[in-house]
Amino acid sequence: MKEDEYIELDFSDITTDPNLTRREFLRLIGGGIIIFFSIGDGSTVEGRRRGRGYPEDFNAYLRIGADGRVTCFTGKIEMGQGVVTSLAQMLADEIDVSLQSVDMVMGDTTLCPWDMGTFGSMTTRFFGPALRAAGAEARAVLIELAAEFLQTPAERLATENGAVFDKKNKAKQVSYAQLAKGKTIARRAKGKPALKKPSEFKIVGRDVLRRDALEKVTGAAKFAGDIRLPDMLYAKILRPPAHGAKMRSVDTSAVEDVDGARLIRDGDLIAVLHKSPDGAEKALEKIKAEFDVPQATVDDETIFEHLLSSAQRRNVVASGGNIESGEKLADIRIEQTYLDGYVAHAPMETHTALAKVDGNKATVWASTQTPFSLKDQVAEALGFAQQDVRVITPFVGGGFGGKTSGRQAIEAARLAKLASKPVQVAWSREEEFFYDTFRPAAVVKIRSGVTKAGKIVFWDYGVYSAGERGSAQFYDIPHHITASFGGWMGGSGSVHPFATGPWRAPANNTNTFARESQIDIMASKAAMDPVEFRLKNLRDERMISALKAAAEEFGWTRSKAPSGRGLGVACGTDSGTCVALIAEVAVDKASGHVQVKRVVCGQEMGLVINPEGARIQMEGCITMGLGYALSEDIHFEGGKIVDVNFDTYELPRFSWVPKIETVLVEAQGTSPQGGGEPAIICMGAVIANAIFDATGARLLQLPMNPKRTKQALTSGTHDVQNLAHA
Amino acid sequence: MTETISFKLNGRSISLSTDGERMLLWVLRTDLGLTGTKYGCGKAQCGACTVIVDGKAVRSCVVPVGYVKGKDVITIEGLAKNGKLHPIQEAFVKHDALQCGFCTPGTILNAYSLLLKNPRPSRAEIIQGMDDNLCRCGAHVRIIRAIESAAEEMRRR
Ligand code: FES
Ligand code: FES
Repeated sequence: MKEDEYIELDFSDITTDPNLTRREFLRLIGGGIIIFFSIGDGSTVEGRRRGRGYPEDFNAYLRIGADGRVTCFTGKIEMGQGVVTSLAQMLADEIDVSLQSVDMVMGDTTLCPWDMGTFGSMTTRFFGPALRAAGAEARAVLIELAAEFLQTPAERLATENGAVFDKKNKAKQVSYAQLAKGKTIARRAKGKPALKKPSEFKIVGRDVLRRDALEKVTGAAKFAGDIRLPDMLYAKILRPPAHGAKMRSVDTSAVEDVDGARLIRDGDLIAVLHKSPDGAEKALEKIKAEFDVPQATVDDETIFEHLLSSAQRRNVVASGGNIESGEKLADIRIEQTYLDGYVAHAPMETHTALAKVDGNKATVWASTQTPFSLKDQVAEALGFAQQDVRVITPFVGGGFGGKTSGRQAIEAARLAKLASKPVQVAWSREEEFFYDTFRPAAVVKIRSGVTKAGKIVFWDYGVYSAGERGSAQFYDIPHHITASFGGWMGGSGSVHPFATGPWRAPANNTNTFARESQIDIMASKAAMDPVEFRLKNLRDERMISALKAAAEEFGWTRSKAPSGRGLGVACGTDSGTCVALIAEVAVDKASGHVQVKRVVCGQEMGLVINPEGARIQMEGCITMGLGYALSEDIHFEGGKIVDVNFDTYELPRFSWVPKIETVLVEAQGTSPQGGGEPAIICMGAVIANAIFDATGARLLQLPMNPKRTKQALTSGTHDVQNLAHA
Repeated sequence: MTETISFKLNGRSISLSTDGERMLLWVLRTDLGLTGTKYGCGKAQCGACTVIVDGKAVRSCVVPVGYVKGKDVITIEGLAKNGKLHPIQEAFVKHDALQCGFCTPGTILNAYSLLLKNPRPSRAEIIQGMDDNLCRCGAHVRIIRAIESAAEEMRRR
């Protein structure tokens, strides 16, 4: 199967390098044995290289210090996905030290080399192999040094638990600490060092508990909003009532009434600073501002018509055969339109940053998924050189793609410079909903055909304004075409009325909902069991194994839909991983409420580094996915975002959560694939298909809230408006 | 209006002079430096700011600090005793009941008050008692498991 690549994220071009000399750099990190390596995820593209003193083209390094500890420095960040644990596991295994001897330094733009950012399930997938290679290289260096130290030929030496020993005489050994002491050796991982075989792993593949858990259960873990500096001030910023609104007048005179409040005005940035956040909030309320709000031309009902008419540029993602020939072969033809609304990221931690400016240098602590591009944005906003800005990423309280935008950090930096004091900007929940880069609303149109015997013969697929990730279908269909219309990143000039951006498995939730619903409709029309129908039309072995694993775990028995049982199935692929979900739902016909009772997830994700970590991510995906499937939908009128808090924008709750069972398909020989996103992509379709199986009603629009479900129950299908062909 | 407000915080008596109408959340996080209590919504809709007042979970984003005068307040920082984790904290670590960890302090304290009221909750009672605490990462399944096992452990002790 072709890997889904993460594309379309827009990073401002980076040209200047920080000026650390190689010697300064080595001194800064404190000597020892240092191995530089490149992650190979595109982070070291020419022109983006960092660090003149660093060897060329690497974006991470590890160090074995004189205390024997192994530290990995990387610009990746930890935001709940558990990489702080899984990366340490890989490294510990490859270098042969205990997991406790490994430290991870992440997301600090001064200590860590340039990195593209943390998203797209790429950390384990791309970072993993490179990190292991670097670990193997480090071990080779240690053996070399030990050969000299022990006066023993290298071939006779082996490593175990932080020491090199003589295979013939185990008492003859030297610890890594001893070897690293007083040395400064810098190497670049290159070529193909001898990696360990999966069977040799002691830590990888074992369940280990999260390394950050202790700090997180005691309240000691520091998120960006928890950093305190002497004299720091808290900012609240005047916001417009709608995107595109223009300020007509403003009266800030009453700010003075609030003790200790300080007004800052710099162009369109109007803020109040105070030594407490609530004090700043109170002062902000004193500002009287009037805005001209442009007439709304679209809202959450009319947006789809708008998307179809504006998303013109056509990009063929995949094709084969000839649709016309396929149509002739079909006994049953199905044409359907699927709709999907805007969805918020809504991390529990809102966008937060603390900035401190000293002369022409700035330090910013930010909740961000992209510390390095943020650094350059801050430098530009302040007129500072890029090397004079340092971004530090503390723990991040959830990102899901939303924290690739760093507006709050730029605001904090500007205010800190203007006020000559450290300034924290922590968005309120209302600001978070207003400035979120939503998952784009989208339309998918599919025409497809199947023979009486249940063979899919043609597939004509078009996705509008959502993006193409996950759009290419993976069934064995002789005549097919998949096209993506229009871009999906929002902002001014785009088809979307406000900012949109990557949301956990961008585009794939939309594409998988449409595809797997259509597949189900065909199975039902061909009077075939939906699992059997998929197996009949699949060739991809990895997908087949994921589906079979899920069906077996579920105890699937054959029946054509609707069977009244309330069972649904959906398959998908994301970040190189194949995933299949089977769900059971109960539909309350009176209220239209859907309760998901059980979800079984089969996942083939290559070599699994930390099975428990992978399962947690799968459970998280399934739980989070209940939201976009059943309730989450941004309501808006033009540039005005109507949902401002969790009363109207409903997130999944404890009482929504089904029994979840996860199966990891054994695939030891293959490289690790992404795990933070795949399982979420099937949630829309698996529930839609289960609702159909329960009731015979077909839902074609996400989310499947009670109102839409009820409407579908009365009409047999939720009417997705009569959309013209674009 | 500035007044002197005294209460017990994590077992110690404290006294501070501030406006009693300020919300407890900001006083804890800013004036007292206890940043384990989190802001998530400011409108009593998420539970991130949950603290314990006289044995009951309250949402500190909507509770004025004047209200806790003379009362007993516990925040996440005060749950472990003498360097030993509370059984609920232990269970959260053991069951991996967190991902990003941002909802975790509020979730743990809400569970604490739940188990104080009902040391032997059924699964359905746990779900009902936790339903207004939001977790965006989707750690729910493990949180329920952790609370069940903590309840067992607390009964055993
Ligand atoms: S911050 Fe208090 S309930 Fe959300
Ligand atoms: S663990 Fe991230 S919000 Fe609950």
